[in-house]
Amino acid sequence: MKFGSRRGAILLVAPLLLSLLIGFILPIGAFLWRAVADDEVASVLPRSIRALASWRDGEVPEAAFAALAEDLREARARDLETGAGAIARAAARLNAELPGMRSLLPATARRVAQPGDDRARILASGEAWSTPAPWRAIRRAGGPVTDFRLLATLDLKHDAEGGIEQAPAESAIYRGILLRTLWISASATLFCLLLGYPLAWLIATAPRRAQPWLLGGVLLPFWTSLIVRTAAWMVLLQKEGIVNAALLGAGVVQEPLPLLLNRFAVLVAMVHILLPFMVLPVLAVVQEIDPRLPRAAASLGAGRLRIFFRVLLPLSLPGVGAGCLLVFVQALGFYVTPALLGGPNDQMLAWFIGFYANRTVDWGMAAALSVLLLGAVGAVIALYGRLVGFDKVRAA
Amino acid sequence: MRRRSLLGSIGAGGLALARGGRAQAQGRDLTVVSWGGAYQDAQREVYFRPWMTARNQRLLEETWDGGVGVLRARIQSGANTWDLVQVESEELLIGTEEGLFEKMDWDAIGGRDNYIPQAVSDSGVGAILYSFILAWDRQRLREAPRGWADFFDTRRIPGRRGLRRGPKTTLEIALLADGVAPSAIYRTLGTDAGVDRAFRKLDSIRGDLAWWERGSQPPQWLASGEVALIVAYNGRIAAANTNDGRDFGIAWNQNLYTLDSWVIMRGSPNRQKALDFLRFAGQPQVQAGLPQRIRYGVTARGANALIPREVLAELPTAPQNAEAALQIDDKFWLDNLDRLNQRFNAWVSR
Repeated sequence: MKFGSRRGAILLVAPLLLSLLIGFILPIGAFLWRAVADDEVASVLPRSIRALASWRDGEVPEAAFAALAEDLREARARDLETGAGAIARAAARLNAELPGMRSLLPATARRVAQPGDDRARILASGEAWSTPAPWRAIRRAGGPVTDFRLLATLDLKHDAEGGIEQAPAESAIYRGILLRTLWISASATLFCLLLGYPLAWLIATAPRRAQPWLLGGVLLPFWTSLIVRTAAWMVLLQKEGIVNAALLGAGVVQEPLPLLLNRFAVLVAMVHILLPFMVLPVLAVVQEIDPRLPRAAASLGAGRLRIFFRVLLPLSLPGVGAGCLLVFVQALGFYVTPALLGGPNDQMLAWFIGFYANRTVDWGMAAALSVLLLGAVGAVIALYGRLVGFDKVRAA
Repeated sequence: MRRRSLLGSIGAGGLALARGGRAQAQGRDLTVVSWGGAYQDAQREVYFRPWMTARNQRLLEETWDGGVGVLRARIQSGANTWDLVQVESEELLIGTEEGLFEKMDWDAIGGRDNYIPQAVSDSGVGAILYSFILAWDRQRLREAPRGWADFFDTRRIPGRRGLRRGPKTTLEIALLADGVAPSAIYRTLGTDAGVDRAFRKLDSIRGDLAWWERGSQPPQWLASGEVALIVAYNGRIAAANTNDGRDFGIAWNQNLYTLDSWVIMRGSPNRQKALDFLRFAGQPQVQAGLPQRIRYGVTARGANALIPREVLAELPTAPQNAEAALQIDDKFWLDNLDRLNQRFNAWVSR
């Protein structure tokens, strides 16, 4: 009977598991796979890749020229028939290895489509073909998987010999962005804690009739769309906005303050948006604290400060932990708020994911940066589990 | 030239589906696709309606937001209902290379000599020419900037400066300001030393820079006094002056220009009609009507002579404005955008 009921239970949750798999795990997995997938070149230049397999440096093998010409003729015929743009995609991928390939490969494809000596035609379409660089690029991009995007998210790259080296200082970017993302999220979490903790206590200890109003004050913005709240801060903080008008009117400042498009604006709005995620878990824990405990402490002669630090604070820590985790993890993925309120040096990882996904339509890099962000979130949660423990969260 | 909303394009897409289904059954009318908005309104008055009247033909209009992937998908699906499409120069370059367009039959549309040289290519004929120019608000700035060098001279003209976010146009402007001749810009940018030089120039005013992303932002920023000087599309600035009563100035010296072109989609059953339309729209006396409605330059030789002088002065094709202009090099950017995007992003977010 026991076995039967377990099977029944599995059957009952099967639809949920299935929908989780189809709607959540598969699409995200497929997207993240793009971070390492490398099939654009392999699908267009299979013969060339085979011909280059045993080639190291030195003279480019004659067979590679013939293979390249044949590959390109076939791919071009297919592209012209279907309009698939496979050569263009392969060229875009090769361009990441060697700038210039984006136009060189299609130009070469056009040339070799005409009859004549393949080698001469390839060399005539670009001097680069007489150097090893483009051939090396083809070999490196031969797939089926690549680590160059993941390395790029850590400001690393392959050198000519295939080893790993630092990206040049002037184009190193993502380590700094990752640190900035962590730093902004940590600052937002800290400010949320400083504001939210006393607020939670205030609500918990307020007279019964006032409680719903105070709680509503926290929840009301929570129910407003994130974009609306962000836009509201734009209105408030802009050069000719309400805050500046008030400050000017009161004579506090002579010139309007630059309140928008900087770190200050980003943090103000993020704290405002994330505050409920701090207040609610802390409140839930604080409300559960047995009111007799502080009284007992007082009856044993403890002062108010001592009661707080020895009794109330330790008892409320699980709520603080849960609130900090919620706020920090959400802050890591913030996109709209820094994009609208921050300057160029306030953008977080999510902005760069959006940049590659929407602007340059380079989904591989978008996926690789997503892996980095997911890794950061995973590390934070693991660290939390290590330091605080998840059993405490359950208590909250 | 992207200027339509997402909602608009969804609506247009639905309309296209509905129309496409019906039209295919009965041998469809010439379908022309452009950028929508005020621009397509002007095109309708100047080109579409007069052509329909003159030829006693019907013409279907659609709008799009650009992107070569859209054209690729249409050819790939085999259910393409577009005949004549207006594309940006980058889409012209990539689409030609991928064989998405019919070869242009120059004899059928009046011959290559009928057009300015920049408008002539293998599969596209230039429709309009527009520029990135230096703009300022005459109401706020007493001293007019003379060119890009003043853009970088914060002592002569203090205040924030706006640039288009991204390396394209920004690096060219930095080098122009640093004294590189227009003809040498892309040769210089092709070298590491040239790129370093451009970023060094940008470094000299980095604290004063603000970055816009949509073409509608520069006139807004100028109007609100957010910036003293800004790089902008010439059409947007002219529109703000005529429609919103602004008094913005334009420095044409060394402006950066580019073209939008008409292309005929590959395998279009209406190729002859499309060519006839292009022949009609390539006449100087017809083209001369467009700039009077919207301030873009036109491409037929001799059209300028038919445009009122005060209108011509606001066009990128006026001789005095075109004199020292630089055409944005699409091939250069196709090859180098990845590399320079990375470097630009690293620089700008530091």
